[in-house]
Amino acid sequence: MMEAYRYADGSITYPGHPIGPDGSEPVGTVDLSEYTAEVITWTTSHSTPPGVRSPNTIAIVEFDVEGTPVRAIGGVTTDGVETGDTVRPVYVEELREPGAGIREPESQEWDGYRFEPVE
Amino acid sequence: MSDVAVIGASMTQFGRREGEWVLDLLAEAGEACLDDAGVGPDDVEHLYVSNMASGEFEGMTGVMNALAHDLSVLPAYTQRVDQTSSSGGAGIYAAWQSVASGASDMTLLVGGEKMTHRSTAEATDVIASITHPVEYKHGLTLPSFAGLTARHYLERFDAPRESLAHVAVKNHENGTRNPHAQFRKEIDLETALESPMVADPLRLYDFCPITDGSAALMFCPEEVAREYTDDYATVAGVAGATDTLVVHERADPTTMGGVVESGREAYEMAGYGPEDVDVAELHDMFTILEFLQMEGLDLAEKGEAWKMAMDGETAMDGPLPINTSGGLKSKGHPLGASGVAQGYEIYRQLVGGAGERQVDAEVGLACNVGGFGNCVITTLMEAA
Repeated sequence: MMEAYRYADGSITYPGHPIGPDGSEPVGTVDLSEYTAEVITWTTSHSTPPGVRSPNTIAIVEFDVEGTPVRAIGGVTTDGVETGDTVRPVYVEELREPGAGIREPESQEWDGYRFEPVE
Repeated sequence: MSDVAVIGASMTQFGRREGEWVLDLLAEAGEACLDDAGVGPDDVEHLYVSNMASGEFEGMTGVMNALAHDLSVLPAYTQRVDQTSSSGGAGIYAAWQSVASGASDMTLLVGGEKMTHRSTAEATDVIASITHPVEYKHGLTLPSFAGLTARHYLERFDAPRESLAHVAVKNHENGTRNPHAQFRKEIDLETALESPMVADPLRLYDFCPITDGSAALMFCPEEVAREYTDDYATVAGVAGATDTLVVHERADPTTMGGVVESGREAYEMAGYGPEDVDVAELHDMFTILEFLQMEGLDLAEKGEAWKMAMDGETAMDGPLPINTSGGLKSKGHPLGASGVAQGYEIYRQLVGGAGERQVDAEVGLACNVGGFGNCVITTLMEAA
């Protein structure tokens, strides 16, 4: 599940926060993996840190959740992506090698979703 | 509340400092600043050390206590200031607060970082450790945020790729006049545009280097300053602000809210507007950041900063010289030192001590950015 939080004012954020942008607590969640998104911008990084694939193409995308825009960031499954492309989230068991970088492996989850262009 | 003056400044050689560690660098700058200000160790009441990650880089913590002992400023109150890449600016804010509040009549600020003993990948990861877990697990780095933002800026404002290279060329040219700069060599547009790709569309020369170095400033009430010198600067305005940690949650990827808010507050405190700024040091960790800060601080219209860069308006001999020091791009970016080194450059410009880099300036601005705009300090100084 690519879990985003919905807040009392109707806004949605990914990731979720204990207090939302309007200062209220979350009232529910949304699974973004059920939606497609539009690429807002992208880059391909050729100098990646330990435990990260190289090259690493990353995109900021925007979902439309029943009229509410929700932005997210993540890797792209292919090298070829363009601004404006439509993508869908695809589950990946391990996005980065835990323990190879500076962050404590047990401090966070390492699975998640990359974005795959929709033909 | 006292008006706060800066009466002395120093910086070490920036670059690869083989065999010297963070405490060596801090002590070198601290001692030089005491000498420059003509202040004895016994007169220092507060000591602030701006440093992001000495524990992560070399396993050295408690650097402020160690430095106080080495400089013999005991029993001065000490505090380490960590605000990631804006630790130096945050140190200026802390030093200003200590004097303006009346808590200290003589405050020494020293910023420093030792980085080059780590590989580029390791150093990049230490810096990337500031990111949110949803960013970190995808391998997001500060350079990759810069690539994402640069592409969006160029596409949205129909700016040519060459405009970013103009920033690199300008700041390298300025750096040739700075004896403390890590890189003292000019580059041309072709070199910048054909350098290796790092984070598409940004190339090697769009990025600052990994650097060792330290810088220091001495603060005191203006009435005390007059006992030491006639040539000093005052802190006219200083403010800090915070934006979302998660970069993609910002409504406009080309607007850093921390830059806008800290600038607005600093202008208000100083009673100056952007039109009053004669010289500016901006946090050009990546070339695109120079555009974002120019626009966020109202030094340029939204989406127009690239034109000013291409027209030479921000060059040393232009109407608004930016990064006369060479900027982080050429001078180097020892994280905790960078904001203090920006203050060093503005102070030198205002007291007429910038040598070959001297421009005509009565009011100077420094903008120090932490993370990818996560936290920002803007400082305005004026000549006494």
